Order: sequence, then structure tokens, then C-alpha cells
Amino acid sequence: MNIDVNGSRVFAHTGGRNFDPSIPALILIHGAGNDHTFWGMQTRYFAHHGYSVLALDLPGHGRSDGKPLSSITDMASWLWKVIECLRPSQINLAGHSMGSLIALEAAAMHPDKTKSLILAGAAERVAVHKDLLEASLKNDPSSYDMITDWGFSKWSHLGGHQVPGLWMQGGSKALLASGSTGVLGCDLVACNEYTQAIEAAKKIICPSLIIIGSKDRMTPPAMAENLIKNLVNVEIQSIESTGHMIIVERINEAIDIIADFLKQVA
Amino acid sequence: MVEAKFLKFDTLSLHAGQHPDPINGARAAPIYQTTSYVFPDVDHAASLFNLERAGHIYSRISNPTVAVFEERMAALEGGVGAIGTASGQASLMLAVLTLMDTGGHIVASRNIYGGSHNLFLHTLPRFGIKTTLVDPRNPEEFRNSILPETRLLFAETIGNPGLEILDIPVVASIAHESGIPLMVDSTFTTPYLMKPFEHGADIIMHSATKWIGGHGVAIGGVLIDSGNFDWERSGKFPTMTEPYAGYHGLDFVEEFGPSAFIMRARAEGMRDFGACLSPQNAFYLIQGLETLSIRMKSHVENALAIAEFLMDAKEVSWVRYPDLEGHPDKDLAKKLLPKGSGSIVTFGIKAGPGGARKSGAIFIESLEVFSHLANVGDAKSLVIHPASTTHQQMDKEELKAAGVGEEMIRVSVGLEDTADLVSDLRQALRLSQK
Repeated sequence: MNIDVNGSRVFAHTGGRNFDPSIPALILIHGAGNDHTFWGMQTRYFAHHGYSVLALDLPGHGRSDGKPLSSITDMASWLWKVIECLRPSQINLAGHSMGSLIALEAAAMHPDKTKSLILAGAAERVAVHKDLLEASLKNDPSSYDMITDWGFSKWSHLGGHQVPGLWMQGGSKALLASGSTGVLGCDLVACNEYTQAIEAAKKIICPSLIIIGSKDRMTPPAMAENLIKNLVNVEIQSIESTGHMIIVERINEAIDIIADFLKQVA
Repeated sequence: MVEAKFLKFDTLSLHAGQHPDPINGARAAPIYQTTSYVFPDVDHAASLFNLERAGHIYSRISNPTVAVFEERMAALEGGVGAIGTASGQASLMLAVLTLMDTGGHIVASRNIYGGSHNLFLHTLPRFGIKTTLVDPRNPEEFRNSILPETRLLFAETIGNPGLEILDIPVVASIAHESGIPLMVDSTFTTPYLMKPFEHGADIIMHSATKWIGGHGVAIGGVLIDSGNFDWERSGKFPTMTEPYAGYHGLDFVEEFGPSAFIMRARAEGMRDFGACLSPQNAFYLIQGLETLSIRMKSHVENALAIAEFLMDAKEVSWVRYPDLEGHPDKDLAKKLLPKGSGSIVTFGIKAGPGGARKSGAIFIESLEVFSHLANVGDAKSLVIHPASTTHQQMDKEELKAAGVGEEMIRVSVGLEDTADLVSDLRQALRLSQK
């Protein structure tokens, strides 16, 4: 669906069901250089299991208009503008990687309005390797390779996509390559410069779920520890042999973990 | 600058798409000889059917053994995904029907496998899909034949049996300028010799029966999606970008992004047309992939040696192999196929007292190591007379246009000792002129 936010088109995939503000909303936020399709089957599953799902395209990503925003704080503020346009009865925020920082910051902006928070591939700092940053700012395709290499666990480098016939690394590179020029670099700068995760975590009052890939090399499990310590009501789920791209590497497990969590907080 | 580290070709050939069996520890890919899969509960079943969860439902649509083959092929070609099909022809049909409806148009190379030629010229027109055939050596003919309703450019990486090398970067660029994908049949090259996606192709098909399987024991095909074609921007592919009533209004690009084509091909094509690859055949093809690079190296070495032998044979009027001096595509072959131009060699046999066709027949029937049959890409060396077999349905004009003369012999060079192959050819050539 297209949402008009201050005259600018924002796209949200709703998983095959129309958005209904009267039922709980699950807002899915993608990571750097990605778009709503990153949350493919999760979007569809939750749309058919009691939630009004909005898998958003951030500004300048996927089908959303505009230029990419330059800071995590701006992205979180933008998210609330989208939410205000739709006025859902209940707000559950879920983010992956950069999306987890946005969800965290957004929940901290309005702790009273956030029913639950789901963070996958999250860390107190998402420090970006200087070579990746440099390559992404030059729109060099080697940046897609670096993200794809580091983003998937060694186990996943051998394959094992849960959707029959799909190849994770091919999908990752193609999705990154489909983005507009300059978007990935802008996103990675925003990740790299965001240092407020702990302060944000301290403000959050809703239940939180942290999903960790045990072999995550981009946001290693240890980098989530401080974040976890500063969240008041947090559940931690670690998935073995999984890298940073948890949502793609373990589609079904991610669905099950999120579904159980949402059931508890409902 | 740090470089990304991905598993290399030989490692992917052996491992991609498969982990040791988590229950029994089987190292080889198990053959899941089952039609269907038990659902844990009704909701799980409904989720699988509605593409909300990943998994298998019914082996016409997907199967764990077939999925290993598919994922491995996608990995080797560098695509987003693949579908194993009952044959190479099933892959081609699946692609065509996924991309277009009645009224669609294809621009295809005229120098292609006879079965594909028949499909384009005789079968698809019955369903309202027309094809214009063009000279693959003249990319401008592709451009000039594109119509408003054209939905696909198609050619073989190495033409069968003419051995023309397709200038993929140029033809891909022509296709993309018109918002159309380029699909190539890469059967003769395999991902070991060439990765067409790196040159701009959008969709690849293989008759996996050939070098992929490599041992002449299983019929199969595979369709691979690069994930690079922008269906939305093109605006010509409602099957990708408009709600599909067959899946509750699902829009494949909106739902699956870069994997839209391969997901649509499976969700609709395997469900409705059903030309699936059997798990047993997938297993054979997986075994073939494990030694693909080793076999292809030997195939190419032997092919070049045979081509060079034939060049010097007095019973032979001409020899065609892209790596030979004088082949019109030699420079292009060097650029696109630096590891060699496959293992098909064609040559013209000189007419003996009974004419060229008779000499060809004597030659083929006199061979003792080469096998006379309708296949290529076996580990064993094969031979055939295309004009009377694989390209029999073409009339004289079509044969001429496809470069298939009555004197043409097609050899698929196998992995036997080179000296034995040369010796066999020598004695049969001698007899052919008597």
C-alpha cells in the first residue's frame, strides 16, 4: 500500500491483507540497502495470523519516494510520521540490523505507545568496516559482496535456503544491487554514526525480544550484551549456526520465535 | 581493501545446497523418494500453501533432493534461485509460459537445437506465441526484430550444431534497451566454462541431461534466475507485477523482489504445468555436478585434440570448433570462454563414391569407440548426423539457414584416451571414402 506522508509516497507491503488499524500492527523495518522484500514470508505469515503488517520501504528504498535519511534518529522520527498517518490501535515494532536501531530509537521516542519491540541482528554499536563504508559510498558492487560474505554464517555459505531452490547469497547481492545509487552508503554512514543505543534502551518500557545469530560476524552476539542489560523486560533467542541475516537464513525459526513472543505480549 | 571471501567453484560443486543429513548423518544428498510431506498441524499446512512459510508440500512443486540440485545450480551460475525440471525443453517451456501470454513474441537465434526450433516455430504459434528467428552472429538482427509485443530474446551460448558463439554482452544490451530479458541456453558451456549472468544474461536454462549430469543416465533440466532484471521498470510483464488470482492476488515483484521470476515459475508453472524433475534423476545430476570442473577440463582438452586431428584429415572438407584458427568467433570465444569452447566439434565429410550422405552413414556406422546416438555431453564420445536426426524436422531452407549441411557430422567428445578416439576416427574416415 502507498501511504502519503507529507506529500511523499511511502510504500508498505501488507502481506496479502489490507491494513486494518483496528487490529494490532506489526511494523517491519529492513536493514541497510534492503527493502520490504527482506521480510518476505514473515510479512505474509503475520498478515494472515492476526496482525496488520506494514513491511516498510524506508525513504529512497524500494518503492518509497524521496532521498534516504541520513541518521537513525531521522529515520525513527519518520517512522512515527508514518504511524501517525495510519493510527493503528497497537504498535509492535520489529527491525533487522539498521532496522533494529530504527525500531529501538523509535520505541525510545514513544515508549508509552510501543507495545513490543523485536530486534534481530542488533548491537549497541553497528560499527561499519571502513572498507565497506568506502566501497558503499563509491557505489562499488564490492560492498554487496562484503555484506553478503559477512552477513551470512559459514553454514549458510554452503546454502540450505528454506525456500526450495533459492540461493541466499545470490538473493542478497541482487537485492542490494537493486537499490538506488547512494542509498547503501547513506544507510551505512547512519549506522556507523549512531551511538545512542544504550540511552535509547534505557527509555524503553515494553517487552523486547532480541534475536541473535550465534555466528553473526556483523553484529556479534557479544555486541548485544550491553543492550540486553539495559532493556527492562527482554527475551533473548539465539539461533545456532546463523549469521547476521537471521530473517533470511532461518525464515521459519524467525516466524516461530516472533509468533511466540507476540503471543506472550498480546 | 578487504575482499569478500566466497566458496570457490569446485567447493560449491560439491557442497552448495546440502549439509550432512541432520538425523542420520548421511554425507551424500539423500534421495527423498516421496510424493508428499507430513504437516505438523493444519495451520502449518495452510501457511505453506499460502507462501507464508518455507518448506515442501508436494514433490511436483518441490522436493528436498531436487532442491539440493537447484540450489547448487543457482550457486554455480551466481543466480538467486533455480528450478529443476523434467528436461531442458521443460525449462524452456516453463520460462516462456511464465513470461508471456497469447500474443507474445520471441526473438530467437535460428541456430539452436532442433527441439527448441520446433517449439518456437510450430508449437508455440498454436498458443498464439510467435517467434522471429535471427542470425546469432548479427546482433542487429535481434534489435531489428523486436516488436512491441516481444517479451524474450533467446539464444544458445554456443549454437547447436553450428557452434556460433553468442555475443552475450551485446545481445543483452539490445534486450535491456527494449525492456526485455535475455535468456540463454547454456547447455554446451556449463557454468564451468562460462557464467552468462556475468555477461548480462538474465535467465539461464540447461539441458542438465548433458554435461551437468555428464554420464548419460538421467534426463533433466534447470532454469536459473539472475534476479537482475527489473520487471517493474520494464512494465511489460504483468505476470510479475500484477496481482495473480491463482494466489489470492499475490504480486510476485512486490512479494519477492529479485526472486519474482523464479518464484512465479515455481508457484504457477510447477503447480499447473507440472514438468518436475524426479528426485532420483536429481540425485544423478548432483553426482554429475560434483565432478563437473574435472570433466569439463578433460572434455575441452580432448575436443581440441580431435578438432586438430580432423583439420589434417584428408577425408574432411571443413572442421568447426570455436578455438580453431579461422573460426569466425575465435576472438569472441577467447573473451567469453577462456577455459575452452566446449566439447562439440562439427565437420564436413568429403563425398565418397555414394555422395556425402552415404559417406557420412558409412563413417558413423564404422566407428567402434564413438556411439551413434541422439545426445551430447556424455562422458563417452558420441556422434550423429544432424540433418537426418536432431534437425530432421527442418526443411532444406531452414537447414541451410541453420548451417546444417548434409555432409555435417556432429561429434560430442568424451573423456576416453585421446589416442583411442583419434584411432577410431581415422579408421572410420578411411572407410567412409570407399
